[in-house]
Amino acid sequence: MSKRVKDPDRLTPGKVFINGLVKENPTFVLMLGMCPTLAVTSSAINGLGMGLTTTVVLTMSNILISALRKVIPDKVRIPAFIVIIASFVTIVGQFLEAYLPALNDALGMFIPLIVVNCIILGRAEAFASKNNVLLSAFDGLGMGLGFSVALTMIGLVREMIGAHKVFGFTFVELMEKMHLPQGCIDFMGNQTPIAIFVMAPGAFFVLATLVAILNHNKEKKRLRGEAVKEFAGCGHDCLNCHDSSCSFYDPNGSDEAVGLKGKKKKKKKDSDDLEKVEIEMVSVSENVTGDSSDAGENATKEPVEEKEGGQEA
Amino acid sequence: MHVSSTPHVRAKSSTTQIMLTVIIALLPAAVFGVHNFGIRALWHILITVSTCILSELVFDLITKRKVLITDFSAVVTGLLLAMNLPVAAPLWIGFIGGFFAIIVVKMLFGGLGQNFMNPALGARCFLLISFPKFMTNFTYDGVSSATPLAVLKSGGNVELKDMIFGNTGGTIGETSMLFLVLGGCIMIMAGVIDMYVTASYILSFIVFLILCGGKGFDPYYIACQLAGGGLMLGAFFMATDYATRPVTKKGQVIYGIFIGIMTGVFRIFGPSAEGVSYAIILGNLVTPLIEKITMPKPFGYEKPVKEKKGGKA
Repeated sequence: MSKRVKDPDRLTPGKVFINGLVKENPTFVLMLGMCPTLAVTSSAINGLGMGLTTTVVLTMSNILISALRKVIPDKVRIPAFIVIIASFVTIVGQFLEAYLPALNDALGMFIPLIVVNCIILGRAEAFASKNNVLLSAFDGLGMGLGFSVALTMIGLVREMIGAHKVFGFTFVELMEKMHLPQGCIDFMGNQTPIAIFVMAPGAFFVLATLVAILNHNKEKKRLRGEAVKEFAGCGHDCLNCHDSSCSFYDPNGSDEAVGLKGKKKKKKKDSDDLEKVEIEMVSVSENVTGDSSDAGENATKEPVEEKEGGQEA
Repeated sequence: MHVSSTPHVRAKSSTTQIMLTVIIALLPAAVFGVHNFGIRALWHILITVSTCILSELVFDLITKRKVLITDFSAVVTGLLLAMNLPVAAPLWIGFIGGFFAIIVVKMLFGGLGQNFMNPALGARCFLLISFPKFMTNFTYDGVSSATPLAVLKSGGNVELKDMIFGNTGGTIGETSMLFLVLGGCIMIMAGVIDMYVTASYILSFIVFLILCGGKGFDPYYIACQLAGGGLMLGAFFMATDYATRPVTKKGQVIYGIFIGIMTGVFRIFGPSAEGVSYAIILGNLVTPLIEKITMPKPFGYEKPVKEKKGGKA
C-alpha cells in the first residue's frame, strides 16, 4: 500500500462544508440569493424555514446533478439542472404544504421561487457538475446551512428590533419566564418597537450592517497579516469581464493569459474555437483602428463591438 | 487632490459660514414653534441637535476621521429634524431620529457632501414609517386635532390667516409660512441659496394644483395648500440642500419641477394629506440622473460618431 500524498489543495468533505458555511457564505460573502434574503427574513422562524428548505433542495439537487454530470450534455446542462432542481422544489413544497402549513403560508410564493434561486443553480454549475457525489453533497449541506444561519441571523435581528420578539416569543413573555421584577416587564411592555425593521427597508439595513461587520473583521485580519481567502465571486469568466479592480484583470486583454481556466477550458474548448477566432479577428481590427485613428478619438471600443455583432448577423 | 488649471474662483464663504447663515435663517420659525407649542418643543430641538452633534463626534472618533463638528452641519440637521417632529411625540424619538440622520444617512455614506439624501428628511421618513402613531399625532393647545391640510383634504374650511402666521397644528417648525419665508429671504440675501430650486418647486406645484387639484384656479385653495404642511420648510430649507440637489442650474429647475409635481401627486391623489418629505427624498434619489443629462459639454467636445453596422470589417 502506498502512502497517500498529502496535497494541501485537495478538497475534503470537511473543507467543502466549512467553505460553504463560513468562507464562501452564500449570503454574506457571495451575496447570492438576495431575493429570499430580503423578502422572507421578517422573523427568525421564517428565515430558518426558508434556509432549511433551500438546504434540502440544494443538497439533493447537488447529489443528483453530480451523479449525472457525465451524462448531461454540456450544451443543454442549464435546462437539465433546472429540471432537476424544479422537481426537488416541487417535492419539498408539497411536503411543506402537508406537514408545515403555517410555514408554507408564511413563505408563500418564495417556495416555488427556490427553483430560480441563484445559490442552487450556481452551486450546480460551479461545483456539482465538476466534483464527485460525496463532495457535492457536503457542498450543498455547507452552502445551505450557511444560507440558513445567515437568514436566521437577519431574521432574528429584524424581529428583535422591529417587533420585540425572539423566535415568535415577545420580550415580555420571555422576561416573565425568567422571573424578572415586574417593573422591568412593565417598562419593556411600554416600549414601542421600531416597526420599519420588519418592513422592506429594515432588511437592507440589517443585511448591510451584518456584511459590514464581517468585512470589518476580515480587514482586521488582513491588517494583522493573516492570510485571508480572496474570492473573485465570478466563476473566473475573465474573457467576458471588464472589471479592472479584479486581481485577475489583465489590462492588455489577451484572452490567452487569463481566459477560461482548467477543466472548464478543456471541456469547452471545441465549442469555443469558433468564438475565439472571431475574438482574435476583432482584436486585430481593434489594433488597426487604434493605430489609424487620431489620438483624441476614444470611440474605438464601442464600434468594434458593434462590428462583431454585424459579423455574426 | 485634483485641482483644475487656472483661472480659479476664490469664494469667501466657508461651510461654517453657510451653515451659520442657515441656522440664523431657521431661528425665527424655530422660535415661533417654541412660542406656538410650548416649552416641550424646545426640549425636542435641544435633544435632536445634541444627538446629532454627539453622533457625529462619536462616529468621527471611532473611525479615526477628522472631527468636523465645528462646521455646524450637524446642528442644522438636528434643527431641521426637530422642526419636522410633532410636539406631542415622545422625547426619545429625537434620539433615534438624530442617530439615524447622522450615522446612517450622512456618515456611512462619507459625511458632509457625500450623502445622497437629506439627513433630516431621511430621519423624518424613517420615524414616520416606524412610529406612525406618534408622528401623526398633532396636538395644538392640548387638543389632538387634524392639521389644516388634513381638514382641507376632507373638504373642511380652514382659516388662511392663521395658516400664514402659524397658529395651527402641525410639526414644530412647519406651521408659520411667514417666518419660513423670512428665513428663506435671509438665505437668498446672504447668497446661501438661489431661487432656481425654490421657485421652480413652488411654481410647478401651483400649476399642478390648477390642472389636477379639482378646484381649478381658486386662489384661496392654492394659498392654503402653499401655507399648509411642510411645503415652505421643504422648498426653502430642505430641497435646496447643496449635497442632494443637482449642481447644474438647468438640473436644479428640473429637480424643482419634479419635486413640485410629486408633492402635488402625493397631496391630491395619495392617502395622506402631506407629501413634501417623500417628494423631496424622491427628488434626492433622481438627482444623479438629472445631473447626468444636464451636465454641460466641455468646449470643443464632439460626439463620437458611431460607425454603421455591417460595414467593412
